[in-house]
Amino acid sequence: MKLAQQYIAFRTILTKEILRFARIWVQTVVPPAITTTLYFVIFGNLIGSRIGKMDGYAYIDYIVPGLILMAVITNAYSNVVSSFYSAKFQKHVEEMLISPTPNGIILAGYIAGGVARGVCVGIVVTIISMFFTDLKIENWGISFLVVVLTATLFAAAGFINAVYAKSFDDISIIPTFVLTPLTYLGGIFYTIKMLPEFWQTASLANPILYMINAFRYGILGASDIDIGLAFSIILIFIVLLIAWSMQLLNKGVGLRN
Amino acid sequence: MTFALDIKQLSKTYRNGFQALRGIDLQVKQGDFFALLGPNGAGKSTTIGIVSSLVRKTAGSVKIFNTDLDADPSNAKEFLGLVPQEFNFNVFEPVIEIVLNQAGFYGISRSQANARTEHLLKQLGLWDKRKEMARNLSGGMKRRLMIARAMVHEPKLLILDEPTAGVDVEIRHSMWKYLRQLNQQGTTIILTTHYLDEAESLCKNIAIIDEGRIIENTSMKALLNQLNCETFVLDIKALNSSLPQLENFELQLIDDTTIEVGIAKQQSINELFVQLSHHGIDVISMRNKVNRLEELFMGLVERNETESLTHTQG
Repeated sequence: MKLAQQYIAFRTILTKEILRFARIWVQTVVPPAITTTLYFVIFGNLIGSRIGKMDGYAYIDYIVPGLILMAVITNAYSNVVSSFYSAKFQKHVEEMLISPTPNGIILAGYIAGGVARGVCVGIVVTIISMFFTDLKIENWGISFLVVVLTATLFAAAGFINAVYAKSFDDISIIPTFVLTPLTYLGGIFYTIKMLPEFWQTASLANPILYMINAFRYGILGASDIDIGLAFSIILIFIVLLIAWSMQLLNKGVGLRN
Repeated sequence: MTFALDIKQLSKTYRNGFQALRGIDLQVKQGDFFALLGPNGAGKSTTIGIVSSLVRKTAGSVKIFNTDLDADPSNAKEFLGLVPQEFNFNVFEPVIEIVLNQAGFYGISRSQANARTEHLLKQLGLWDKRKEMARNLSGGMKRRLMIARAMVHEPKLLILDEPTAGVDVEIRHSMWKYLRQLNQQGTTIILTTHYLDEAESLCKNIAIIDEGRIIENTSMKALLNQLNCETFVLDIKALNSSLPQLENFELQLIDDTTIEVGIAKQQSINELFVQLSHHGIDVISMRNKVNRLEELFMGLVERNETESLTHTQG
């Protein structure tokens, strides 16, 4: 398959993915908008005003980056895991598998679809946050880069989950029991400087901590973690997860008998 | 000679130890309309799965138009279109998107894909349904959608796995007409079906697979010539007397107006009619008791099973 044809195949998968989540926007875009609105109202306005400052910032300003990134993570992941698993379940993944589209393009298309939904929901949540706080973005470049890289990482993770999943239960286990706890403990609502030394060190094993802090650095200019280290961790995870995904696709795990 | 499909020593053993294919060789000539028949679990779908890259083979080689599926999968896949047995499209997508997306997976530009999709959907009677979600289509429409999808990249080899299963007679015949047209235009077609009249009517050559082995591979004409005796059903005007004894023909009375007769290959049907007339029996109509291919197919499969059993016991 020539490069130009590969581009058409990639664009086809990406467009298909964007249309999929756009078609069911009530299930894909509205829920995170409502959830984060509630977070802003409860933790930002109602409780936040009693907490006072966190790491030198008003509490609502402090939690905004984490809440935006949480929406990005959840949506990038769930877009790929549900879409690719559905394609397996309904067997229409075979449309791609019998075609000359290379495995790398299939993976890139799905990841790009996950990133598109992550970014789209991220923008919606950012707009909502502007109703609650006067958000000033410190560094647009870093903020956008963190969003895209984090979405890429979790889209790849969602792909792996979908490949291994054998039932619809299997696609909700990781988000419920791994992703949500790690995100909540990744410093959305607090700075790890508040924690006892042991838990500060333990928190460093949580990769989501690096992403949230990198994004907070982009938005507020403050971070518990060195920004260079944060980017390195994100990139290492992306490389590992993409390599894993490619291996699964090439071996045909869960896809070819 | 160019073979549309050239399979050599193809084997497949599934993880549970089931040996679905035991080193089959199969060649399908370019331009052929080829029937691949066999009982359930014989290995047809596994063969098609391997050719279409959905099943990994254990051993052997597959070439599509001289292009090795292992060495050059991208080019080999370009030649192939597949209409699978089960519906395998996204039921939540509109009809037109399903076909357009498939064109995209083959790297076909949007303008070309639009033109081909419109042509195919019109030809297959689905153009009015193009904006309909696929789940709202009837069974026959879904089958036709899968044919349109398989043809959008204009494959040189089209494999249809039970394409007319569950469709009504009218649609079945319109699909036959379409497939004949495709074949006449140069597309090589491989068909698996449980409707043996379909295979007999459409296909020029045939392979019968059973227990993972090809047990017959010949032309349809040669296979049908193997049939030594055919059983015919004769509808007659009511008999006034008892059933007569005929010379060289054995009649069997089914009811007052129906008799059955076995006619050997070398016997003349005219002779039968002469004798019946002589006894004052008027024949209104005549038909095969079972499809000729069905009679042969059953015989071959039963023979293969008996041989396998003998080998096992031996």
